Amino acid sequence: MKVGVLVKQVPGSDRVKIDRKTGKMHREEMEAVPNPKDLYAIEAALRIKETLPGVEAVAISMGPLRAREVLEEAIAMGCDRGVLVSDPALSGSDTWVTAYVLARLVQKYESFTLLLAGERSTDGETGQVGPELAALLDIPVVTSVSAISEITPTTLTVKRELEEGIETISVTLPAVIAVTKAVAEPRLPTLGGKKRARASSIPVFTLKDLGLQKEEVGLPGSPTRVTQVFYPTFLRQTQMVDEKDPERVAEWLIRLLETKGIL
Amino acid sequence: MKKIKIFVLAEVREEYIHPVSFELLHWGRKLLWNSPGEVVALVLGATLRSTLEELIAYGGDRVEFFTHPNLSVFDAQTHAQVLLPFLREEKPDIILAAATVRGRALMPYLAAQLQTGLTADCTDLALEVKTGLLLQKRPAIGGNVLATIKTPHHRPQMSTIRPRLQKPLPRDERRTGVITIHRLESCPVPRVKRLCLEKKETSTLLEDQELIIAGGRGLKHPKNFALLFEIAHLLHGAVGASRVAVDMGWVSYPHQVGLSGKTVSPKIYLAVGISGAVQHLSGVMNAETIIAINKDPQAPIFRVADFGAIGDALEILPHLYRKLKARNDHAVQES
Repeated sequence: MKVGVLVKQVPGSDRVKIDRKTGKMHREEMEAVPNPKDLYAIEAALRIKETLPGVEAVAISMGPLRAREVLEEAIAMGCDRGVLVSDPALSGSDTWVTAYVLARLVQKYESFTLLLAGERSTDGETGQVGPELAALLDIPVVTSVSAISEITPTTLTVKRELEEGIETISVTLPAVIAVTKAVAEPRLPTLGGKKRARASSIPVFTLKDLGLQKEEVGLPGSPTRVTQVFYPTFLRQTQMVDEKDPERVAEWLIRLLETKGIL
Repeated sequence: MKKIKIFVLAEVREEYIHPVSFELLHWGRKLLWNSPGEVVALVLGATLRSTLEELIAYGGDRVEFFTHPNLSVFDAQTHAQVLLPFLREEKPDIILAAATVRGRALMPYLAAQLQTGLTADCTDLALEVKTGLLLQKRPAIGGNVLATIKTPHHRPQMSTIRPRLQKPLPRDERRTGVITIHRLESCPVPRVKRLCLEKKETSTLLEDQELIIAGGRGLKHPKNFALLFEIAHLLHGAVGASRVAVDMGWVSYPHQVGLSGKTVSPKIYLAVGISGAVQHLSGVMNAETIIAINKDPQAPIFRVADFGAIGDALEILPHLYRKLKARNDHAVQES
């Protein structure tokens, strides 16, 4: 049984350079880290690997060549191998194109019984690629999964956190599952794992390998366009209290809450 | 002038139409403000305990209800399989859904199969005057900036919208519309089965609180959040937090307010030691009154607050606690 984990490299801080015209991030010039929420998906895959015999855990990423770092991290944590999709033409791809490219990779080179994803990335914060990939592969998707309680080669029992409560559901495999932070605390990479990661070769698939054209991907292939990036102004008229003494500020607060009918 | 067809996916939770659906109808009506067109509500479910007329009263022109026993559990794949033929035939210009667990799973599933764009978690929508294109605003890049996103050439244009940014329109029973019930003869068997549901107590929802006192980086330590909980208790309110405070492990995720947490609309939002990144502000802008306390006079939170005080939260909170406690003890004695 093959379990895939979708991972992504994201900016290490919120100070990111963006092209104001295209809304594209300058991913080449910044410190990059694994998307923190993907680590939970990796951990979930590793626990499945420890539960069932004969499970291979494969980390998959699409990004610039340096995104191999995030795959090495996944291997260092315990994944068996990593696969990278990288091509200069992919820069600027939106979620639809990303899912389209990953679907092609899965259909052409790797088929999975289960695909795991983090809840969302800390940069784009859409959480859309998982469900979009499921749609293109025509398999079920379950998002907001806070626990994986049972796995067999054909079904998975999970807890899904809905707004109104926690639902226990079973899903027939193959499927895409997006997990939340509650699923399992990610382990740290081991020394042996790091050595293995450095020694492992990570195959890179280009557009040509996937049989895709430049026009289908990147900015040209993306249905959505960022047309403007701006610093918002949520301005309100602010009344500042001219008071430095902490006790007086506390008194001012209480009076304010009184006038607002809270106290 | 071309008519604009706006579809909204009504949110059905446990056989009831959730009020967020009425917010979506309001967004739809707002977009049509200056243009001819219709707002159509799509509803899926096995049985429904709400009445479909509600969706007309809250702003829909048309309601399409798809029903089959297989639609009792929420499964993006099955729901998409039911909706796709209808969407392909009707060709809406715009589809809106709530940025909830269901909306955020079903919309990308639909968008991928319709080969069109989807913008997640929008905080504002408008129609571009010149082109009639949907302008979708959302916080981007860790919530530090806002981006406007368009889907110029693909149809439909699809967005999920943060709940609670728009109140429903006032209920109008005189409104009329067409309700069609599609009793499906066949429906795919979902590959997702519900085994059980543990319901949450709704009264504890942060979104429903009148007063929220929220802490951020300036609180520095989990023990100061304990103090915040005490104060919130005395004020009969709840505790909120910025992303930093949650990431540091000072307080748990359900308390997180902002783009990556909850959108709240309390009467009073008291922000303590929160500088006010866009990602946080996006979640609090609907508060009736915002009060901010921060050491840094330049903190962006002061630009959005109605009332502000410059000071160290760690010095002010203990005084606030003692004074509130004294008041409370006094009140208890009197009674």
